[in-house]
Amino acid sequence: MTNKVFQLETLSCPTCASKIAQILRKTKGVGAAEVAFISSRAKLTYDEEVVSVDELKRVIEKTGYKVIGVK
Amino acid sequence: MTLRITKKQRLIAAAVLIVPAFILYKILGYRVPTIVLMILATIVSGFPIFRKALFSLRRLVFSIELLVTIAVVGATIIGEYWEAAAVSFLFMFGDYLEARTIDKTRSALRELLLLAPATARVITDGVEKEISPEEVRAGDVVLVKPGEKIPVDGVVLEGQAAVNEATITGESLPVEKETAAWVYSGTIAEAGYLKIRAVKVGEDTTLARILEMVEEAQDKKAKTEKFIERFAKYYTPAVVILAVILYLVKWDLRMALTLLVIACPGALVISTPVSLVAGIGNGARRGVLFKGGEIIEKLASARAVALDKTGTISRGEPAVREIITYGLAEEEALAIAAAGEAYSEHPLAKAIVAAAREREIEAGECENVEILTGRGIKFKYKGKVYFAGSDRFLKENGLTPPGLPELAGATAVFLSDEEKTLAVIAIADAVRPEARSTITGLKRQGIEKIVMLSGDSHRAARAVGTEVGVDEYYGELLPADKAAILARLKADYATVVMVGDGVNDAPALASADLGVAIGGAGKEAVMETADIVLMGDRLDTLNYAFGLSRATGRILKQNIFFALAVAAALLLGVLTGKVSLALGMLVHEISVLLVIVNAARLLNYGKIYKKKKKG
Repeated sequence: MTNKVFQLETLSCPTCASKIAQILRKTKGVGAAEVAFISSRAKLTYDEEVVSVDELKRVIEKTGYKVIGVK
Repeated sequence: MTLRITKKQRLIAAAVLIVPAFILYKILGYRVPTIVLMILATIVSGFPIFRKALFSLRRLVFSIELLVTIAVVGATIIGEYWEAAAVSFLFMFGDYLEARTIDKTRSALRELLLLAPATARVITDGVEKEISPEEVRAGDVVLVKPGEKIPVDGVVLEGQAAVNEATITGESLPVEKETAAWVYSGTIAEAGYLKIRAVKVGEDTTLARILEMVEEAQDKKAKTEKFIERFAKYYTPAVVILAVILYLVKWDLRMALTLLVIACPGALVISTPVSLVAGIGNGARRGVLFKGGEIIEKLASARAVALDKTGTISRGEPAVREIITYGLAEEEALAIAAAGEAYSEHPLAKAIVAAAREREIEAGECENVEILTGRGIKFKYKGKVYFAGSDRFLKENGLTPPGLPELAGATAVFLSDEEKTLAVIAIADAVRPEARSTITGLKRQGIEKIVMLSGDSHRAARAVGTEVGVDEYYGELLPADKAAILARLKADYATVVMVGDGVNDAPALASADLGVAIGGAGKEAVMETADIVLMGDRLDTLNYAFGLSRATGRILKQNIFFALAVAAALLLGVLTGKVSLALGMLVHEISVLLVIVNAARLLNYGKIYKKKKKG
């Protein structure tokens, strides 16, 4: 399992943050996902062999928010 | 790669369509060109909403976008083209403006990030090289020129400079730094140059730790926030169910769709996080670190404060408080004593030397110095023999010291020649100059009980306690006694704040509801454990922290009440048929924006505070 923090562009509501988290949790290979509204950061624990950073990025961007950085 | 349209471009395109559509609608009513323009506007502004809704729906995740999509599609079907276009445009426009204003509430944090130095001048083998601060290694020698930012935490090897440490401590007056002084990354050498040995670099610097802590703090959910989120979790489905029932019972599709638009209590869910982050950000800029929104809320409701004596109310270093002389001038006595004590490493001796230096007294040389550790010192100065030390030390040397005067908790150092006592120097832990005004300020801010805790003697506690004006003071306390007093205060006043410097009061800080550490910069363990860290070494920052927490609490309440009122009014308006789809969305978006703007006012808190203080 790998831990990574994805920095998103500013989230406009707390409900969006929880929606993104729910969608990420339902993504294959993701063990845990937490999305903080204020800092607009998604903290992910995932299996590198199942899902890649790029794939996760794509999932997040499809919810409507750009990924600015990953660390 | 597909061509991506930015949110701004999409917004402009939608506006270009919707404005003429509205004008045409007013002139022509619903005719083909009007309807075409409106549907186009709906598609342009609504497309991202529909796409997001679909994406979530496919994963069986509920979204606000889904409700808006149903409302927009429904409105188009029943021929309410204007409503559909307006709702989708307002939703997108609101979202855009909200993101930008939320950014404003977080701007204090961004400012902190910008404080991080961009380059470092490292000297290797006498050659100066500019590199990124992340590349600096501990042990490297760094050069800082006037006006430049210090890129590392470290020790000054050479040079002298006035350093502005506002970044770390919030104190805007520069501090003089010279050889052996400790400097922080992100602080600015305003005048003078410094050669520094890097001790902590990159992520380990105090500035980096502060940034990390503030980042973490802003994401911690406060109780109020959790409560509201739980409320929203039930509110939204309840309104949706109401919409379905209304449709089934009254066949009023219009009203049902309008309910969907207002089902998300947006202003309510956003009220707490934006208010608290603005408060946290304001504090961080002024050297007050709150470890989360919950902490601000708690501090705002505190009614009792306990302060540790040593290091918190006092400086924690002994200083000369009074000199009683017998037949010679104070300056003369201090000059003699300092001449001898300059040879001693004892804290009391250091206090005497410091006092002489402060009064610009030249001490001069002495001979035949004999130090008796813990008792005193015998020395020859200008041809005469002197003794300086405890009364016991004088007696041991066959002298008769005078009876001990009332020194109110101070320690007495006797200065004597071979015949008689010349002076008694009273040394005590010096009270911070701002201590008294801080206590007064706390009372003015509504703190009902202020107590001082100390492990020192009752006498010392009484002397300091009465001097600074606390309600109660306790001396000779063991750590367990301190915890017991805190527990008793908690029983009477619910929330108790403990203020300490973390040196010998760490257990008390941990056992209080709220632990506030003063002088946190450089004390890593203290920074980790305290709930609130006052980075600088000034006690009056405590007043600022209190004031800020109260202001944050007020704004938070205003926002919650306003948001609740708007939600109730909207619900009532829709049910009585007075609020249309477009109006519902407009009010919703405006209320969200107002809540954010109100929260952003907190960023100005210090400015108002300063003005009040001056005027």
